[in-house]
Formats: sequence, structure tokens, C-alpha cells
Amino acid sequence: MSLRIVPVYPELLSIYADRGNVRVLEQRARWRDINVAVSPLPLGADLDPAEADAILIGGGQDRDQALVAEALRQQVPALRSAIADGVPVLAVCGGYQLLGHAYRDQSGRMTPGTGLVDLETVAGPDRLIGNVLVEVEVEGRVERLVGFENHAGRTTLGPDVAPLGRVLAGAGNDAVSGAEGCRVGRVIGTYVHGPLLPKNPWLADLVLGWACEHRGLPVPLQPLDDRLEQVAAEAAARLALDERR
Amino acid sequence: MSARVRAAAGAARLAGALSRLTGRGGGTTMPGHVLLRLAPAALPELAAGLGDGIALISATNGKTTTAAMLTAILEPDVPVCRNVSGANLLSGVAATLVHRSADARIGVLEVDEAALPAVGSAVGPRVIALGNLFRDQLDRHGELEMVADRWRAMVRELPPSTSLVLGADDPVVDALGDGRTAVVRYGLDDPTAGRDAPDAAADSTHCVRCGTAYAYRASYVGHLGDYACPNGDHARGRLDFAARDVRSEGTAGTAFRLDAPDGSHEVRLPVPGLYNVENALAAIATAHVLGVTPARAVARLAGFSAAFGRFERLSVDGREAVLVLFKNPTGANEALRAIQSDLAGSHVVLALNDRIADGRDVSWIWDIDVEGSLEGAVGVICAGSRAADLAVRLRYADVDPRLIDVRAAPEAAFDVAVAEQPPGGRVYVLATYTAMLDLHRALADRGLTRRFWEEAP
Ligand SMILES: [Zn+2]
Repeated sequence: MSLRIVPVYPELLSIYADRGNVRVLEQRARWRDINVAVSPLPLGADLDPAEADAILIGGGQDRDQALVAEALRQQVPALRSAIADGVPVLAVCGGYQLLGHAYRDQSGRMTPGTGLVDLETVAGPDRLIGNVLVEVEVEGRVERLVGFENHAGRTTLGPDVAPLGRVLAGAGNDAVSGAEGCRVGRVIGTYVHGPLLPKNPWLADLVLGWACEHRGLPVPLQPLDDRLEQVAAEAAARLALDERR
Repeated sequence: MSARVRAAAGAARLAGALSRLTGRGGGTTMPGHVLLRLAPAALPELAAGLGDGIALISATNGKTTTAAMLTAILEPDVPVCRNVSGANLLSGVAATLVHRSADARIGVLEVDEAALPAVGSAVGPRVIALGNLFRDQLDRHGELEMVADRWRAMVRELPPSTSLVLGADDPVVDALGDGRTAVVRYGLDDPTAGRDAPDAAADSTHCVRCGTAYAYRASYVGHLGDYACPNGDHARGRLDFAARDVRSEGTAGTAFRLDAPDGSHEVRLPVPGLYNVENALAAIATAHVLGVTPARAVARLAGFSAAFGRFERLSVDGREAVLVLFKNPTGANEALRAIQSDLAGSHVVLALNDRIADGRDVSWIWDIDVEGSLEGAVGVICAGSRAADLAVRLRYADVDPRLIDVRAAPEAAFDVAVAEQPPGGRVYVLATYTAMLDLHRALADRGLTRRFWEEAP
């Protein structure tokens, strides 16, 4: 019985090498002798909530956003049922925006999202690009999320939605509030784009742990030697802090 | 030349000379900035001074090599004015034109993809060669589709007399020729040299008209291949220059049969990889538009040697070093494929910087197919400002951790690799632009290679 990781529409939603996240979850499971299978959800197919232990939604090109949004809206009942059942969802960049009610682009055109999380995104006048460092409280610990962001959207969270973390360097949700991402139960959204799990193994294991729980596999996960990851994360954190305006 | 342009050009030349004297690098773009400031309309006038016209070359991958190949084809007959790869924005092109030698008759200018429309309208080219568009440095260029839109708008504005040389293997580039007459297409046509489907890093695999996924008869480099939309509204155009019966000779080069308008020719290309076959086709086709027969072009390419960091070979203490520039997943995948057959027993240095010229976002290393591609190497040394990111990428590709080493400076990594190789051994260096530049400078200081800007015409 393997753990099933489902990247959603990877042919369209992997613009910033999002497949790195899939690779990291897969390997960190394998290194712990957990059987794991990656079963991508192709565009046009239906998500079977009983066949997913972790769902990953990546970022795509702006021009594909409407196409992806329309397809993903069809999957809302399946997504809701998976989430209610404790399946973790990691949504990154464009995927994060799709969690919300709508995305309004610069011309004012609205693209409705899935509405799975009470948030909304409006395109700003410029793109927010650069290294980013975020402080995240999770299960009583304080962790650091490092990576790169590149987005025009400014995302506003509803009153009952907590941000994933607090921006130490970079722009985050909207470049003003200091909030980055969203967290509702096991649903996580973030602008820290593309392959964010390689340099943030704690987040990889958080998602993987939830997936294992959902599958009925023993938790907590055994620790791995993450010294390389830590060196990479520290280097990236230094860069982000050096760039802070 | 008008008095104003002559004065501006003089000031620009002086600025370049000062920049070099004060040791601020090659002074490659400074004169251009001065010129554009003093006489914004000078470019068309300077360009008109090149009696045989200007060829512009743009592509995400291969523009420097294509320009070098075209120059090697043309130069014996006609003095060529060519820019160095670091000077491929409007200011760099302006600087190149200011500094051109008095006898230069033809311009071979490689142009940054995003800068192409501005350069195109400023210099009035005789021919534009467009190779391919890949995802590259999204933080700088924006999305691929944005660059493609700019190219489409530029082509719409071109006078009918401007010839287009198009890489037909790229659907986005191929479609640029629709409705135009002066169009030449080139491509690979040997399914045995390709794969069945594009690799994971492929970009433009959906029909430019209807968005349906293309069916591929063969896939060569990334999304480049022989494609057709199942709805029948777009397929690869007819090839005027085709490479068939392609035979790899490892890192030594590639042989193929060129089917051209003047017949078939056997080609021996002394640089490896399918993407260099694409580059050679672009150069031969562009030379043809400029009046050089394919037969002559093929003969000239037999003696072609690699440009800066493009499989450049050096000898160091009795070991061989091969320098390869990489800047995006497709280029890296092709480079890894090209070295695979000769990798056994070698060391590999991977150097990743995140300065602006490299792209500050290093996410793309996760789109490189590292898995299995370093088998045979006896050591892999990561270097550059993002060395640790590379080391993590290798770990998740199941590279034996005992083979992985991390050094900050590319030069230090290089020295360790050379020292660990036996005499006669080989070190491959794959480095991003500024990491390669740093290493190149250090090696030039030791007299092992020429300075990069000394290659400037
Ligand atoms: Zn079509």
C-alpha cells in the first residue's frame, strides 16, 4: 500500500520547476522505506479523493491561469472531500491564488478561483521578485521558510484565515501587510515558489507526515540527515536579508 | 555620417577607451550608452555604413555559437562586424557599431531575446535568424509567452524585404513565418537521433493556434522536434535546410547530411550535441540568404572551434579541461547528454551563481534531469554563490554523497578536480555565465586561455 502524491496538472503548473517539490516528497518517503507513488492529475481528468494522500498545486504561466482555473473549479467537490478527510494541500504561487475566490488581472478581468480558502488576489502594477525569508510558527516551533518569489498578484486573506508566516525579508502576500501565504488546517498556500521544499525540509516533512497520517502509516517520521539542506537554506536566508530594502 | 553622429561616436569611443584603461572590464557597453545619450538617432546611420547589411541572430539557446559559426563562414570573404555575447542589448549593439573597423562590410549581431524588437527597428536588418524560445531567467525576461508576443509584433512590422531564417523545430518560431514570403526554415529530420516525446522541462508543447498538445514524430532538444497538431491547424513547416542521418561522435563532434536547396552535403561539425547541429543549420541558412553557397559554408564549418565556454578545451598540468556554459534546464540537459559517453573516470565541476546575468532565481536547477546523468563521474564538485543548492539537487538525484564536494569559488573547485585527476584525465566544468567568467579570468591570468573580451572583433 503506497503513499500517493498527486501533482495537479503538472504539464501546465510547473513553471518554476515545481516538480522539485514532488521529487523531494518522493525521496524523503523513500529514504524512510515508505512505499510512495506519484500519480499526476492530467488536465481534463477527475480527482479521486480516495486516491490521494497529498495534493500539490504549482504555478503556471499567466495566460494558462483561466484554463487551469476552469478545470480546477470542476474538482472543488473532490478537493473539499479530500481536505475534510485530512489530505494535505500545498499550493504554490499561481496555485495559491487559485485557492481563493478570484484573481483580478491588470485589465480588471476576473478569473474565479476554487474558493477553497477565503482569500482574494488582485494584480499589482509591478512584479514582486526576489529572495524571501519568512518566519513560520508550526506545532509550537518557530521555523524559517526560505526561497524566491516572483508574482504580480497581491493577496488579501479573509478575517478567519491565518497567514502561513511573517515576512522577515521580501514581499510576501502584498508587500505591505508583512503576511506570507495562508494556512487553514492542512491546506497551505505560499508565494515562495517553485521548489520550496528542497531548502525547507521541515515543511516537506510536515506535509509528508500529514500524508502518512492520512494513509494510516506510523508518525512521527524518523529524522534524516539534512545538513546540506541547512547550508543551502542559510545561504539563501543571508541573501534575502542582504537584499532587504 | 552627420556631424552630430560623428561627434557622438568619437565621444563614445573615448568613453570605451577610458573604461578599459581604468580597468572596469572590457568596456563593451559603455560607449553604447554614451552614443545613445548624445545622438539617439545615430544607430540607423551607423548601421547603414555596413554596405552588405546586418544579420541579427536571436534565440534563448545558441545565439552566440550561431553568430560565431556565421562569422566563420563569412569572414574569409567579407570583413565582419560582430558583437561579443555580453553586449547584446541595444547599448551593446550601439557600442559594437561605434567600434567597428573601417573596412567591415557586414554585421553579425547576436541580440538578447527581449531586446530584439528595439534593436531590429533601430538597425534595419537584412536578415533575422530566430532559433528557439525556452524558459530562461523568468525573473529577468518575464514569461516565455511575453517574449513570443514581442517577437510576433516585431515580425508584423518588418518590411517584406527583410528575410527571416526560422528554426522550424520550435512551433512558436515556425509560426512566425506565416504569411511572409522571404522565409527560410531549417530543422533536424532524423527521428533516430531524437526521442519519442519532449522531456519534462519542455516548454511550448501545445498548439500555437488551438492549445491542443502537439503529437511528436520526433523530439530533439526540449520542445524542439517534428510536431503536428492533431486538429490539423499547425505542423512543422517544410524544411529548406534539413539535417538528416545524424551521427554523434561523442564530445568530438557530430556528423550529418545536409539537404539544402543546392543539393546534399556531408557535414562534419567539430562541436558536439544536437543543439550545435541546430546552430550550424541556422548559420548555413543565414549565410545562404547573404549569398554564400551551402557547399562553401559546410567547408568553412569543418574548421570551426568552440566559442567561450562552449565545449572549450584547455590543457592543465597534463589533464584536459572541458568548459561548458549552462544557463537553463534545456541547455544543461543537452550538455549532460553530450558528455555522458565520455564521463567515466572524470571529475565534474558544477558552478552556479545567482547574479543578474545568471538569473537570480535558481529554481530551474530542479528542471535539469540530473537523475542518472552523472554516472561514471568519480567526483562532483559544486561551486558558486549557490553551490549548496546544487549539492541538495544532487542529493535528491541519488548521487552518492561521498562523491559530492562543495567549494565557494569556481577556481578552487577547478583546482581540486584537476588535482584529483591522474595525468591524462579529464575535468568537465559546467558553469553559469558569471561563474564561467570568473573561472575564465582566473585561468587567463595563469596563461591557460585568452581573456574573454580579447576574442572581440
Ligand atoms: Zn491546433
